[in-house]
Amino acid sequence: MTLTSPPPAETAPPPTAAAKIFNYPRNAWYVAAWDHEVTGKRPLARTIAGVPLALWRNSEGRAVALADACWHRLAPLSKGKILGDELQCPYHGLRYNATGRCTGMPAQETINPSAVVPSYPVVERYRYVWVWVGDPDLADPTTVPDMYQMDDPAWAGDGETIHADCNYQLVLDNLMDLTHEEFVHSSSIGQEELSEAEFDVTHEGNTVTVTRWMRDITPPPFWLKNMRDKFPGFEGKVDRWQIITFEAPSTIRIDVGVAKAGTGAPEGDRSQGVNGYVMNTITPETDRTCHYFWAFMRNYCLNSQTITTQLRQGVRGVFGEDEDMLRAQQRAIEANPEHEFYSLNIDAGGMWVRQILERMLAAEGRPSSAPALGQGV
Amino acid sequence: MVVQAQTRWQRARVVELADVADGVRRIVVEPEYPEHAAPGTHIDVETGNGTRRVRSYSVVRSEGRGRRLTLSVQLSPTSRGGSAAMHRLRVGDELTVTGPLQSFPLAVGATRYVLVAGGIGVTALVAMASALRRRGADYELVLVGRSRAVMAYLDDLVAEHGDRVRVHVDDEGTSLAVDDLVAGIAQAPASAATELYMCGPIGLMDAIARSWDEHDLPTTNLRFETFGSSGRHPAEEFLVRLPQLDREITVAPDTSILDALEAAGVDTLSECRKGECGLCLAKVVGATGTIDHRDVFLSESQKEHSNSLCLCVSRAVAAGSGPNQHAVISLHLT
Repeated sequence: MTLTSPPPAETAPPPTAAAKIFNYPRNAWYVAAWDHEVTGKRPLARTIAGVPLALWRNSEGRAVALADACWHRLAPLSKGKILGDELQCPYHGLRYNATGRCTGMPAQETINPSAVVPSYPVVERYRYVWVWVGDPDLADPTTVPDMYQMDDPAWAGDGETIHADCNYQLVLDNLMDLTHEEFVHSSSIGQEELSEAEFDVTHEGNTVTVTRWMRDITPPPFWLKNMRDKFPGFEGKVDRWQIITFEAPSTIRIDVGVAKAGTGAPEGDRSQGVNGYVMNTITPETDRTCHYFWAFMRNYCLNSQTITTQLRQGVRGVFGEDEDMLRAQQRAIEANPEHEFYSLNIDAGGMWVRQILERMLAAEGRPSSAPALGQGV
Repeated sequence: MVVQAQTRWQRARVVELADVADGVRRIVVEPEYPEHAAPGTHIDVETGNGTRRVRSYSVVRSEGRGRRLTLSVQLSPTSRGGSAAMHRLRVGDELTVTGPLQSFPLAVGATRYVLVAGGIGVTALVAMASALRRRGADYELVLVGRSRAVMAYLDDLVAEHGDRVRVHVDDEGTSLAVDDLVAGIAQAPASAATELYMCGPIGLMDAIARSWDEHDLPTTNLRFETFGSSGRHPAEEFLVRLPQLDREITVAPDTSILDALEAAGVDTLSECRKGECGLCLAKVVGATGTIDHRDVFLSESQKEHSNSLCLCVSRAVAAGSGPNQHAVISLHLT
């Protein structure tokens, strides 16, 4: 027996541990709002990637994103008035144009040349208003993530926004691994074949794709209903697919559907099935909250508003279950600060996503972990 | 883009010095807490020994996310006086500086940009021009100077921007015709969406502003920065009388009224110290000589008709030219 005691257990996380509160890149396009939320009537207050914004439209209908703090005493411009092409501060009436330049000051004949609030690059695309809060010189509109199904005539559907009380990466994790459907969404889309089926993970550039086929299975209630919308009275087995594509920084399109079993869907003939795209784009609000914009788009029964409404309501119910889980998960993370994340094989898609985001953060000179609560920003 | 109005004071070490034009020295510093300096930013530098003498210098270049900041300082008898101290710096010296401060941001989304640099004012526009080139924006860079020898970065800018640069040199007979420049902007298709950024002597900026007005171009598309460092007249010594306090204070050519009052222990109120905010406004109750306002707070008509001035930048010059004649202004402080 030796008299030396073993060294104390290491308390530092293993070097490969996944960050629990993941930082978000700033040099990226994020959805700030649905197009209809931004109006020329009154400004919309929303925090995007840590930056409080006042979103409004000028007289040409162009969406504008200004910092939500007056140059003078930082009163929130989102509580102000839109006067044609200008936004007026609610406090002392300073006015700003779309570029953020002050155009009017009270009680003086000149305008202080320094009086400017930041105006952020905005692109309107796919029914969304996208903003770039990072270095404006890097804001290239061609890098807005592809969500073309949102306003393509071959697709119909609608969606909503969830204000999720969790770090945005938890939502990405959730969407990149759909085995959770079996447990979280057992009454609608879950089924045990999800965790039994093999899946492939590929990555290229800023995208990651997870593909899963479940052949010759009984359709869960959600999919049986959809099949019957297109094929009235349908009974029997289906081939089901989920092809999840992530595009940096935080857009996930999920090509989902089922087709009559054995009719060639895995080989490319989806004519005997129904196909939807779950369009998800998650915008960090703070380190611990995010705006989760989702929509369900379909390429069948395009003219049925009933189906649009039913699908929106159905998905709302499903995502409500995710919302509860994500909030609970975030609370457990905060309540167990000494505990680390460990990964399973099913996390491969989510871990590639992290790797891409880590690369983007490194390019901005920032770490992947956001500071712990109470340690500032 | 973040408007950085406040930042901590910190140490910065001088790591490189070079003369880039007659009387213009490039000074590269490494700040203690690096922070990327976006186009249009400046840093404030304490140039007095422990006093609150602060001078603002545009950041010509920010490298390594602000680890190396390039300033350029013109040694000028008519400047606010910090330039001599800056020209005495040696490699290894330390300065007390702020992080990057932004009061001249380059907007996003104008259809066309025209940058006009007069003399040392080019320092505020070098980084902007590079940013516009990287963005693939439609821009023009107009460089104005008395002679090529005093125009800093001229060759570099021509090399970087090629056909987009127009050079106007007084002693070569190619002086800038301000009205032609502005008329050209007004007649171009994108006139209402063209922004002009200028930094240079007050005379040049006044002329551009007047012409801009005459051509009915949108006032808010005219962007400028002035550190209150140039006037219509060369700086000279003058006297300030304060009847309220029964005091008389001399203002040397290399200092401001505000600095002189502070040094004399007079209570003053001020903020921007570059003639923008109007907080230090004082009433002129009497004057011999001419007031050289140098501020951008008062309108032209206020400068002409009112009896106020900005303590931080306004000066007085004697009417006569005798060696011992100084202008005297009497001020009523708030």
